Amino acid sequence: MTEVSIGVNGVATSRDVEPRTLLVHYLREELDLTGTHVGCDTSNCGACTVHLDGEAVKSCTVLAVQADGHEVTTIEGLEPTEGMDFHVVQQGFHECHGLQCGYCTPGMIMACVALLDENADPTGTEIRTALEGNLCRCTGYQMIVESVRWAAEHAPAK
Amino acid sequence: MIPALFDYVRADSAEAAITALTEYGDDAKLLAGGHSLLPLMKLRLASPAVLVDIGRLDELSYISDTGDHIAIGALTRHRDVERSTLLAAQVPILAHAASHVGDPQVRNRGTIGGSLAHGDGASDLPAVVLALGGTLVARGPGGTREIAATDFFSGFLETALEPDELLCEIRVPKVPGAGWSFQKFNRRAMDWAIVGAAVVRTGDQCGIGLVNMSTIPLRAGATEAAIAAGASIAEAAALADHGTEPNADLHASVEYRRHLARVLVGRGLEAAS
Repeated sequence: MTEVSIGVNGVATSRDVEPRTLLVHYLREELDLTGTHVGCDTSNCGACTVHLDGEAVKSCTVLAVQADGHEVTTIEGLEPTEGMDFHVVQQGFHECHGLQCGYCTPGMIMACVALLDENADPTGTEIRTALEGNLCRCTGYQMIVESVRWAAEHAPAK
Repeated sequence: MIPALFDYVRADSAEAAITALTEYGDDAKLLAGGHSLLPLMKLRLASPAVLVDIGRLDELSYISDTGDHIAIGALTRHRDVERSTLLAAQVPILAHAASHVGDPQVRNRGTIGGSLAHGDGASDLPAVVLALGGTLVARGPGGTREIAATDFFSGFLETALEPDELLCEIRVPKVPGAGWSFQKFNRRAMDWAIVGAAVVRTGDQCGIGLVNMSTIPLRAGATEAAIAAGASIAEAAALADHGTEPNADLHASVEYRRHLARVLVGRGLEAAS
């Protein structure tokens, strides 16, 4: 067993884990943060996307020991945007019906937040390119792209 | 899916990593970004007894101008290769190809050294480094040695690296004025290439690397020689699958892959000329 200390959603966490423990399992099974989903488990689908030091990564393909000493943000760690019920990207998915079954949604939203952090006003093509690592089997993506555009248009100026 | 049990060693220097490799030999694998190795381990296609984590060796993450060449630290992430203004100006095909590896999340973790050391014939970057005539720098207990990219890939997921060697640096020549093209044929944006071709051309001299036309990354040597001898693009591209041994899978038959290689090399040569 190896001790890891990972900041998760601003809270210091520490556990003894097997080195083979995946970050997604650390989040779900050690910390009970089940908002991050395991989808394909082969780094294809992006349902497990979280932020590692502010960058989108697939937590099914990162070992918890690799995240030791780093900061992780999950879907549970998104703060509501001022004047909204949720974070502006979540609000966008809510307003534009950017989900149907919802399984891909946490990873989709974390990937979109990372996109908007780098590009506050992406075009539809830029959104589709940025989401190439996130699969949705329900929506056909059009509503997701509209949700991200909504978020871009309603995000508070930085 | 979780990998089989392994012991974990975190290296705090390149020397420490080499020492660990020397101690554990064939039982050990280096872990950088993990985006080639961890999927293999989860599928139990690889079960190293020891993982030596070099992911924190920041001194191996750099892109620097060394005169004739650009030197890239092995731990430089695809994301940083993709966004390098130095590479965009001096070796644009490499920055461009890096932007086609996997997807944004993969590029945030995966490293150029990991991709090359993995030696997968289906990967994009080995073909590009082959086309450029790059050099790989390995460090072991006896010191440092340079390996030409053409000598580096030796078999299915096998390279010229010794079990106790660490790939430290990738050197690629500056080619600011050369024509280039990276052709990647796939069904979905994030997929591996069904077939790909990297073309770098200056006059009659061209380097062509092929993706997924063998179990190892390889060059289209017959096409390169034909261009050097003055053949037309159509004549040269018709030779693109000579010497290749593509596999059949659910995406493509052997003959379809051979066809794609000829078409993509032709397109690449047209774009690079």
